[in-house]
Amino acid sequence: MDDTLLRAREEIHALAGRRSAPIQVMEVCGTHTVSIFRNGIRTMVPANVRLISGPGCPVCVTAQRHIDAAIRLAQGEDVILTTYGDMLRVPGRLGSLEQQRARGADVRVVYSARGALSLAAENPSKTVVFIAIGFETTAPATAAVLVEAQQRGLENFCILAAHKRVVPAMTALLSAGEVPLDGFLCPGHVSVIIGADAYRPIVERFHRPCVVAGFEPKQILLGLLCLVRQIVLGRCELENVYGVAVTREGNRVAQSLIERVFEPADAPWRAIGDIPASGLELRPAYRRFDALRRFRIELGPDEDHPACRCGDVIQGKAAPDQCPLFGHRCNPLNPIGPCMVSSEGTCAAWYRYNRVSCAALADGQGGPEA
Amino acid sequence: MTTKLKADGRPATGTDAIDRIVIAHGGGGELTSQLLCRHVLNVLGNPTLNSLTDGAVLGAQAGSLVMTTDSFVVQPIEFPGGDIGRLAVCGTVNDLAMMGAQPIAMSLGLILEEGLSLAVLDRVVASIASAAKEAGATIVTGDTKVIERRGREGLLINTAGIGRQADGVRLGAERIVPGDAVILSGRIAEHGLAVMSRREGLAFASTLVSDVAPLNGLVAAILGTGADVKFLRDPTRGGVAGVLADISRETSWSVEVEEARIPISQTARHAAEMLGLDPLTVANEGKLLAVVAADDADKVVAVCKAHPYGADAACVGRIVATRPPLVELLTEAGGRRVVQKPYGEELPRIC
Repeated sequence: MDDTLLRAREEIHALAGRRSAPIQVMEVCGTHTVSIFRNGIRTMVPANVRLISGPGCPVCVTAQRHIDAAIRLAQGEDVILTTYGDMLRVPGRLGSLEQQRARGADVRVVYSARGALSLAAENPSKTVVFIAIGFETTAPATAAVLVEAQQRGLENFCILAAHKRVVPAMTALLSAGEVPLDGFLCPGHVSVIIGADAYRPIVERFHRPCVVAGFEPKQILLGLLCLVRQIVLGRCELENVYGVAVTREGNRVAQSLIERVFEPADAPWRAIGDIPASGLELRPAYRRFDALRRFRIELGPDEDHPACRCGDVIQGKAAPDQCPLFGHRCNPLNPIGPCMVSSEGTCAAWYRYNRVSCAALADGQGGPEA
Repeated sequence: MTTKLKADGRPATGTDAIDRIVIAHGGGGELTSQLLCRHVLNVLGNPTLNSLTDGAVLGAQAGSLVMTTDSFVVQPIEFPGGDIGRLAVCGTVNDLAMMGAQPIAMSLGLILEEGLSLAVLDRVVASIASAAKEAGATIVTGDTKVIERRGREGLLINTAGIGRQADGVRLGAERIVPGDAVILSGRIAEHGLAVMSRREGLAFASTLVSDVAPLNGLVAAILGTGADVKFLRDPTRGGVAGVLADISRETSWSVEVEEARIPISQTARHAAEMLGLDPLTVANEGKLLAVVAADDADKVVAVCKAHPYGADAACVGRIVATRPPLVELLTEAGGRRVVQKPYGEELPRIC
């Protein structure tokens, strides 16, 4: 094993051993969640270091009303609906996009907003709708293609605007005060754009240490080490172990692209509700690319499954296996809540990689075959 | 339509030349005969196939016979490192090989979509011929149909194969016991990632090529060592994760795999990371996973390494008796996690 990794691991154990109370750390990025599971990081830290997965999976936090709107858009005449792959199976009130595709809707998976714009250029007789979701990582790319669509006069392109902002979500979690959180492991990709200083208010106002880290196991362990050290020593600072990619001020060009096209707005988060200034809506100059306007679709209500605890899971109030649906009624073959759909979703990652839940399922409490 | 279109950028050969499949190609008339003679039999022909009788007579065969069939619907039909033709031959040859059998005869069903360029068809048929030759398989019977176009250029293939099982082969998950070694014949995830790199809407620049290859030669070499080989499977759809999960489920034993020992190229690792996919769940078309008695592991790895399709072979794990039966990965970082069968088409992740 890598020396740095080994040392970080030993130091985390030594530090955490000095404190009997649990150390609760939240990661607010789906890629961190997956990497933590995929690399077995939980099995490498002491039992009193608890890693809680926050609202960091863009698919999971997309409100049901937006999924339903996407489905109605897909039913539009001469529409090609483009989406990131993991949105396909997310269930809304009207089913999923995958089901719409099976019924004949033209739903295509793209890897980038640019891919969607290219489709619009290649299919002038169709309207290409792009489901614009994701945090500040994907928002600049959406902004860039809208600027380009405007310059090229690609009027057959529009978006369902559902981007989210990370820091307002963290602020909302702390303001609600329901989860005893000792610190945040801050996302690498998002921080490349918004800069490490974006978390300073969390540190200063809420007195929670924040550490920016990348996604390699070594980065995650180094990030956890910094957090555990601060928490055990009673410090509260902003640290950045991903300095190779993340600067204090972030990527100004990307930030100004977001600002040019979008403005902060209150936004609905799946199973959490509205969070002030946590979304991005199109500025007036770009509103004609708003798919909802173009197709005169009103956002409907959210009707989440009453027993689904995705909202609590996303906010760190419950672990996936505390949800009554987890594993048997809700599993990756038949996801009920959004956290089970995306590979970044906490429930899916938990189901896929966690030994505890797996053992429970193998003991006959259900499973995909049940 | 047929006269204006060009076949892959080449000028149409004349005003009356047909350079794409039309519905009439499937009508059983003159055009069908022409298609078969000029685009299929000219390349794949042999005395049995050329007779164009309703079926092929194979003659008496000694020993146990194995029969298999597989259908191929890959999009795009041509991808880095191969095409649907090579895949259709290798898929069936490999299914036979995993049963310890060498191919005797194969059938070929071509379902052509209206609008398919004949130049593409020619390339696919040439590729079928070259893969069959490499595998030592003879195509003895076939069928061609034409369907209305569904969108992009399309071609679907079904192949079936009959093979003779080598004497003394005793393959079966029920023979697996704790202590047995798990061997992978080479670098994983390359087929799935190479195809994805060319898929519409997902295209990304990459040097990845599909590993699609006939594995009957490699299997013959492995079985030829006399090693106690208990189980062979090609980790196609569902990837290595799918096969490992099957082993655990079929045997009720656990499998422990070491991530650091799994052969994978840096390029494949990065591409999978970029797409948010677990390389263990990505398809391979030229790899096999073998479970062999622990004492024979080195011998099997050595014979694989000496074969062109097994150069990167490695022993990646072992069967263990822990309960409940699980597939567990010892991660490179030093952690542990469970490996499960993927659920369906793996979806590239958002960011």
